[in-house]
Amino acid sequence: MPKRQDIKKILLIGSGPIIIGQACEFDYSGSQAARALRDEGYEVVLVNSNPATIMTDPVTADKIYLQALTPASIKEIVEIERPDAVLPTMGGQTALNLANELHQKGYWEKMGVEVIGVDIDAINITEDRQQFRDLMEKIGVDQARSRVAKSLLEAKEITQELGGLPVVIRPSFTLGGSGGGIVWTPEEFDKKVMRGLELSPVHEVLMEECLVGWKEFELELLRDANDNVIIICTIENVDPMGVHTGDSLTVAPSQTLTDKQFQIMRDAAIRMMRSIGTFAGGCNVQFALEPATGRMIAIEINPRVSRSSALASKATGYPIAKVAARLAVGYTLDELPNEVTGTTSACFEPSIDYVVTKIPRFNFEKFEGVDEELSTQMKAVGEVMAIGRTFNESLQKAWQSLENGYAGLGADREESSRLEIRNRLRKSYWDRTLQIRNAFRMGASVEEVADVSRVDPWFLYQIQDIVAIEDRLSGLALSQIDKDLMRLVKRNGFSDVQIAWLVADDVTEDEVRAHRLALGLKPSFMLVDTCAGEFPAQTPYFYSSYETHSESPVSDREKILILGSGPNRIGQGIEFDYSCVHGVLAAKELGYEAIMVNCNPETVSTDFDVADKLYFEPVFWERVLDIIEHEKPKGVIVQLGGQTALKLAARFAGSGVEIIGTSYANMDLAEDRGQFSDLLKELDIPYPPYGRARTPREAIETAEEIGYPLLVRPSYVLGGQGMRIAINKEEVEKYVGQIWKLLPNNVILLDLFLENGIELDVDAICDGEDVWVAGIMQHIEPAGVHSGDSTAVVPPYSLSEAVQEKVRTYVRQIALRMNVVGLVNVQMVVKGEDVYVIEANPRASRTVPFLAKAMGIPISNIATKVMLGRRLAEFRDAGLLESKLTGYAVKEPVFSWDKFPEVRKELGPEMKSTGEAIAFIDDFDDEAFKKPFEMRNLYLSR
Amino acid sequence: MTQQYQQTQQHQQNQHNPSSQSSQTPRPCKLALEDGLVVVGEAVGYHGETGGELCFNTSMTGYQEIFTDPSYHGQIMMMTYPHIGNYGTADIDMEADEPMVAGVVVRAFSRRYSNAMADESLEDFMTRHRLVGISGVDTRALVLHIREKGVMNAVISSVDLDDDSLIEKARKWPSMEGLELASRVTTKEAYAWSEGNGPRIAVYDYGVKRNILRSFEARGCAVQVFPAGTDLAVVKTWSPDGIFFSNGPGDPRSMPDDIEMVRAAMTLGVPLFGICLGHQLMSLAAGLDVYKMYVGHRGANHPVQNIRTGAVEVSTQNHGFAVSADSLKEGVAELTHVNLNDRTVEGLRYHAFDGFSVQYHPEASPGPHDSQYLFDDFITAMSRKSTSA
Repeated sequence: MPKRQDIKKILLIGSGPIIIGQACEFDYSGSQAARALRDEGYEVVLVNSNPATIMTDPVTADKIYLQALTPASIKEIVEIERPDAVLPTMGGQTALNLANELHQKGYWEKMGVEVIGVDIDAINITEDRQQFRDLMEKIGVDQARSRVAKSLLEAKEITQELGGLPVVIRPSFTLGGSGGGIVWTPEEFDKKVMRGLELSPVHEVLMEECLVGWKEFELELLRDANDNVIIICTIENVDPMGVHTGDSLTVAPSQTLTDKQFQIMRDAAIRMMRSIGTFAGGCNVQFALEPATGRMIAIEINPRVSRSSALASKATGYPIAKVAARLAVGYTLDELPNEVTGTTSACFEPSIDYVVTKIPRFNFEKFEGVDEELSTQMKAVGEVMAIGRTFNESLQKAWQSLENGYAGLGADREESSRLEIRNRLRKSYWDRTLQIRNAFRMGASVEEVADVSRVDPWFLYQIQDIVAIEDRLSGLALSQIDKDLMRLVKRNGFSDVQIAWLVADDVTEDEVRAHRLALGLKPSFMLVDTCAGEFPAQTPYFYSSYETHSESPVSDREKILILGSGPNRIGQGIEFDYSCVHGVLAAKELGYEAIMVNCNPETVSTDFDVADKLYFEPVFWERVLDIIEHEKPKGVIVQLGGQTALKLAARFAGSGVEIIGTSYANMDLAEDRGQFSDLLKELDIPYPPYGRARTPREAIETAEEIGYPLLVRPSYVLGGQGMRIAINKEEVEKYVGQIWKLLPNNVILLDLFLENGIELDVDAICDGEDVWVAGIMQHIEPAGVHSGDSTAVVPPYSLSEAVQEKVRTYVRQIALRMNVVGLVNVQMVVKGEDVYVIEANPRASRTVPFLAKAMGIPISNIATKVMLGRRLAEFRDAGLLESKLTGYAVKEPVFSWDKFPEVRKELGPEMKSTGEAIAFIDDFDDEAFKKPFEMRNLYLSR
Repeated sequence: MTQQYQQTQQHQQNQHNPSSQSSQTPRPCKLALEDGLVVVGEAVGYHGETGGELCFNTSMTGYQEIFTDPSYHGQIMMMTYPHIGNYGTADIDMEADEPMVAGVVVRAFSRRYSNAMADESLEDFMTRHRLVGISGVDTRALVLHIREKGVMNAVISSVDLDDDSLIEKARKWPSMEGLELASRVTTKEAYAWSEGNGPRIAVYDYGVKRNILRSFEARGCAVQVFPAGTDLAVVKTWSPDGIFFSNGPGDPRSMPDDIEMVRAAMTLGVPLFGICLGHQLMSLAAGLDVYKMYVGHRGANHPVQNIRTGAVEVSTQNHGFAVSADSLKEGVAELTHVNLNDRTVEGLRYHAFDGFSVQYHPEASPGPHDSQYLFDDFITAMSRKSTSA
């Protein structure tokens, strides 16, 4: 069936602010869907409250509503736009729930809007445990034994029936599994069940047979209107059942299923998808398998694109969201080409000839008192994906991607004690694979580790093989490693840093690299082609491995490499990916070949349609340098990817790679408190008294000198990591101790805290001679609350014109004095008519996308072009720097507190929000302003 | 396995502990292609020497079914998925009594396996069956090489490591083109596979996969398997309701006697069904042309469209020869199934007699179960015949 002609205009619902369990993967799928639909000639109307998204950019949709995702606002938009159809499957559970709510009220029908991409009547089946159970029984798919409880008493009875504890509780209709978990002991039973009953909007919890220790699998499916179903990807969880799939280390394809087992699973998945109504689109199905018996049961089905489908798209090269959108408007799979090969059909099941590993990224250090144990409720804030030819290689590359200081699966520091390793393995923690490696290092057997961790032995064998290679290296001097051994080591994913740590002699990473290159060993770059090499492919999507043949030809065009921002985490989220994507597009517009390096599967930047070339690789020094040596770009853009990219800047500067835009020396100046303060002094710009400390003693002395309250923070971090307000000597001592435990050798910064000041965030672009102050954002919360957690208003709502002028003047002076070429973000505190500069960061900030959306100006795009040599005057003359904002725009931080019930809600200098929303208001009576204003002091803490 | 074809040599076999771990020093092994390319890896399975046409399969699961599929007789099988051996081997995954491929090429061989259903490791299995393999080679580079240069012969050896000698052996290896191989894998004697109350199916065994027989059995059929070349008169005395022509190895154009037999069967008045080689034989008997493909189809993800219903089946494929679409112009058969990737002929229904055939493998094993309805179709055709008779 060709595409439908009776539909002209389609409403696409986004997923709103980033929260745990629903992140930027929906920006990726939403943008893909919007682009696909526009390519087909449909008019796309998009609604999302999250400004830091590519989907809400004019490049993506015809009409964009940056509005709250509520039934009321959807109705408002529908009444203005009169769309013919609504596609609610690209915006996660939020969009699906919204569409469902309006459907229940008969709204879509009343307005003549057709819901496409999902069978809306069937959504309840997938969300309601009992209905789902009944359906599975009907179609002959096995289930975990379970029953719904409406009271604590009932929950107790059911637990008896199931054979006692442990038991799983799952509150009905909650997002990301909120309130769900395993109950191990009678002590926690009442509390957890009651909480589940309270959290569930219908006050029901499902009491379920505990499948802890079973193997878990996920399948990504697509179906068209002809009822053709294909499986795009099979994902196997290394973490056994009991850990939310979003928190699990997963691999693709499945590694331990025989074909017969897999086909049974495939058949069941197809039956399940066909059982939830007739619709064309994407779907995700989860299964558990009892290792000893092979008994397979269905866990759940989601009739929409998901976090896993984003992962599956990146893992296989198959653009699930794009195809799902086309299927929703009537195409059938056989009518669509496989865009990766260009010559074959989209109606097939990708075959891959590499292994993909995903590791979730957590931010537990942000939440004091948090329970780090993983359970059925998701806690991860982001994830990384790595591609290798073997599991070992991809596992180590994934660890290199995490950006939490690891150079691979351990082998870069001393192991913790035997006891600690055992304790870490007994329960589910994020670093399970590392602890498995440590256990093998200590001589544990596969049987022991399997018994404690319940991880499938096949994965343990691979990790044991990694450890065996470590053992071989530890007895050797670097010079004794010959080519064959080096190839084996690199093929197992070891970084040069790990090799340097492992070998017997005292060598550096650079020396290992030099030795390796002298042996003639460089990585080769392979194509992600959906078909395991069976057909030639066109898509410029690459990964590295130590193979014999490179498939990434280097063009003779001038190239710009853009470093991505790695895994999402608090303080460095989707905002930076937004800027990276615009950086790529801007570089392309100027005629450069834009090359992207990133390892975050949730993002738009790793959509192989975006850059001229995508390297899905860790943003890790060795891997980036390998790509640079292969591509020889003109330069590297580091100021868009947040702290990740910035951290590498020093090494670029040291190795002769050109940094595009602000030079390394000037970027470093901003981080060097002493130099920066000298600069401010020279410019006659006020700043709070400050000091630096390298030792606890120095810290106390400096603190006493400056006076209290005092801001204590490490240098070179983002999102206020480790930042605290200290009111006395003891607290300073405590906080610096905490910082050095986490970041040894860090130079700690101490600033006088300006109490009751008004905090400002300013973003500006400088071309070296001219400065454009893009916007001044005034915080509603008092200084002391991290800017990322503050409600910010643009333009300022209570600053005099004189103060604002002073702000602009300071920003201009600083930008010019720092020789900024590109973006700069300045944070200031206003007390009375005095303006103090707290810090200046010559890079894309978290607020850039918000400001861009608020004013309707493509700030990142302009900034990138300025970095590449364009003048601000060109843009000013073309009228591109004029704000379209009438009234005010408010940036509201969004938190995921419900995921950490044991953590006290408090705000301070360390950022805790996971996402943000934008609201446009005309006056201060608006709830978007009034509510945060009234509550501004409520949660301030240290 | 037939010794004249599979020239394996026993050599320094580690009898006691063939599956010992990676600490064991790997034994060097080489793979040489007839065009002069030589790659080095480590020996897995049986230590010896073997040769055959080097082809690749893109299935990510089902290595044991592939290695024991008689259609692969005499071919060196390279798996594109890197990790092979992960879940060991099990008796239920045999498609024949023993491995049929001449050799195995993989990127990362798993000597240790994990699956409660398994009987033994792939290493032990290969050693026991004297199947030679090589691991640790860049299979992707080899796949691209074949994709570009076309399929070619190759030799794997861990007993002769001299490049020139190996290349010479690869060059001298008999080409697949024009080779009749079915007689080497067919059953020696006719046998009953299953007794059932359903239709009686006579199977011409050119190297039939067990799962085809199981698929008929599961539908209640009485299945009698006859050696290739069995006189049709003998088959007739068994009074079949339908005749099935099986899959198998080799070039169908070099099987004139078998083609003649199929042609005779067309006049019997019972429904005919053919899979893979059987499909090609039926096509040739009906007067269509068959050609050798540049690179064959071997995998479990090929889209096949059923032209009558429009539905697409994800199919298991394993063929290096195909029926020429051009020859269909003569009007002897209706195209019922087509490959969506390259539009090659996947299924035919014949005009002159009651019969249909498919190029791909509805019995799967390994692969998706999307096309099992074809077995039902055959049974329906036979039932129709018996009720009308």
